[in-house]
Amino acid sequence: MGELAAFIILSAITLASAVVVVTSGNIVRSALSLVPTFLGVTGLYILLQAEFVAGIQVLIYAGAITVLILFVIMLTEGGTGLRVRQTNEQVPLSILAAAVLAVLLVGVLAQAPWPRAAELLPQYTASGIGEALLTNLVLVFEVTSLVLLVALMGAIIVARRER
Amino acid sequence: MQVGLTHFLVVSALLFCLGLYAMLSRRNAVAILMGIELMLNAANINLVAFNKYVAPAALNGQVFALVVITLAACEAGVGLALVMAAYRNLETVHVDEINVMKW
Repeated sequence: MGELAAFIILSAITLASAVVVVTSGNIVRSALSLVPTFLGVTGLYILLQAEFVAGIQVLIYAGAITVLILFVIMLTEGGTGLRVRQTNEQVPLSILAAAVLAVLLVGVLAQAPWPRAAELLPQYTASGIGEALLTNLVLVFEVTSLVLLVALMGAIIVARRER
Repeated sequence: MQVGLTHFLVVSALLFCLGLYAMLSRRNAVAILMGIELMLNAANINLVAFNKYVAPAALNGQVFALVVITLAACEAGVGLALVMAAYRNLETVHVDEINVMKW
């Protein structure tokens, strides 16, 4: 019962602030509304017993990515004004596409027979994740770090002021 | 009533559709990137939920979610750098005004 209440509250926070993110005419308000969205998703992760993923979510999404987005909004001052039109002429079509996809997905997901596992998650998942990353999934780990390095250099080179 | 896999999948489907709406209807490139972040978050909820309810022994879903978070950070960094470069050259971040293929 408590789990259901927590789930409802967390998904309400997530979806309500996500609606503000996508509909607000003020781009700064959109960016700041990302924070409750990400924190709501963090709560959902904790509900799913993924505490390590939840911590990383807070650090990277709610911390780093939101700050990065706010910085870029401040640096590109053309986008901050309230009077600037923020949506293009595709709004009705976009609403239609998103609503059709939502109805389709919810309809399919609600009646799909998902396989259910009998066993439970281990008590603490962080140690299991660390072990998996350095044994079975070490290639994934290394390639991801390589991609991070390349993205870092690429971002610096692209954003650098030339001459 | 127990919270099941379907609940999480429905929430993530709705989050994904909100991100899709932002991607299709926004003019500002930064707002489009925000929509992409919402969609990546929706995918991550799916991965972690499937990990708990379908394959709890392996933890592969959570590792995959961590990889997606890392790649989302890369994508945000590079995407925002591209927005900055476009703003410096074209004086706009509105994607419907960026219509030159060559400068």
